[in-house]
Amino acid sequence: MVEKVRVRATLNGEPVDFLVAPYVSLLDTLRDELGLTGTKEGCNDGNCGACTVNLDGRIVDSCCVLGAEIDGSTVETIEGMAEPGKLHPLQQTFLEEAALQCGICTPGFLIAAKALLDKEPHPSENRIRFWLAGNLCRCTGYDKIVKAVQKAAELA
Amino acid sequence: MHPFEYVRATSVDEAIAALAKYGERARPLAGGTDVLVMARAGRWELDALVDIKHIPETNVLELGSSEFRLGSAVACYRVYEDEQVAAKFPGLVDSASMIGGIQIQSRAGLGGNLCNASPSGDGIGTLIVHNTTCLIAGPNGTREVAAEDFCTGPGQSVIGDGEFLVEMKMPMPQKGFGAAYERFTPRNEMDIAVAGVASSVQLDGDIIVSARVALAAVGPTPILSSAGDLLAGKEATAENISTAAQAASADASPISDMRGTAEQRIHLVGVLTRRTLERAIERARENN
Repeated sequence: MVEKVRVRATLNGEPVDFLVAPYVSLLDTLRDELGLTGTKEGCNDGNCGACTVNLDGRIVDSCCVLGAEIDGSTVETIEGMAEPGKLHPLQQTFLEEAALQCGICTPGFLIAAKALLDKEPHPSENRIRFWLAGNLCRCTGYDKIVKAVQKAAELA
Repeated sequence: MHPFEYVRATSVDEAIAALAKYGERARPLAGGTDVLVMARAGRWELDALVDIKHIPETNVLELGSSEFRLGSAVACYRVYEDEQVAAKFPGLVDSASMIGGIQIQSRAGLGGNLCNASPSGDGIGTLIVHNTTCLIAGPNGTREVAAEDFCTGPGQSVIGDGEFLVEMKMPMPQKGFGAAYERFTPRNEMDIAVAGVASSVQLDGDIIVSARVALAAVGPTPILSSAGDLLAGKEATAENISTAAQAASADASPISDMRGTAEQRIHLVGVLTRRTLERAIERARENN
């Protein structure tokens, strides 16, 4: 019997202290242990980016991280993106540009795009497409998503 | 998936002790982008993953006077975001910025790419052409293995039970040294090489003093080609590069699979050898 391990981390700005089985991914930890189901499972093998979260300032596929690995770290998920009563500019432009259909890939795209704009406020279209290459969308095609990111960058 | 323990080692000795405790039912964990996926897919039944990325030695990224130390757990982004490292090792930047997407590059490193020992690993050829020495720690102490001897088969390496890769060392590029890596993929990003080639040259004026050419995805392991030796002492001319490219194609022993035919891969090796040699020579001339 493998015992759960204690993890203390900062999640969306708040301290968290929880137990998780050591073999459980960060993705399943967020969804099943912490009740944050905004982060989605796509491929569960590091190809699609649907489960993208921000870990210590870098975007990662949360399916390729163990929940136990985040002890002492800072994690940001889609649940922490909007301010109370106010969407993040990227969330707003994704709506305005209809940059989503089924929505499964959207939290991952938003977290990834936010990390880009936080680092490079005015990226070129090419740079946006390169940065988002680790996020797959099977509904919209990518043009609307790229346009939404460009629009958010213009608003900043 | 078989339930496993997570052990965070903070020193080389702690990691060795943890790996020894679980024997063949433990594996080292660095970025996790391969090992977690494979554990989940049932590649192994593990009792423990030993996290080695909180060990100072595996995190070293240090440009010395004669050698560059690259810790086995250093993620790809640290290579290309470090301006001094990127300026000295553009060939490593080629590879580090090509492995997976941004999310993968946040976690995966050139050390893990090497240990994963995929024939198509985009970092392995580049390590080979930089004359990299791999420092491996285990229960019987440490040993050194040349990068070209590291992989022994698809997914197989010289790393034995209880051992792990601590760091890689490569000579600091001297004046007139240049290296480059290119691969062919149908997509621009997030793809696996149909074929890849890494090249390096040491120039003295227009003479190639020494060269190395390593091939990816055209054999059971990355291949150190004879093409580099052919160039030693020769002038950096189109004709000599073309002869080397033919030799590299001859060294390839690819299979046909869903990514490409053996014939296409042999052709690609020739094209990529020429291109990477040209780029390596260009970089060598800039590095004067």
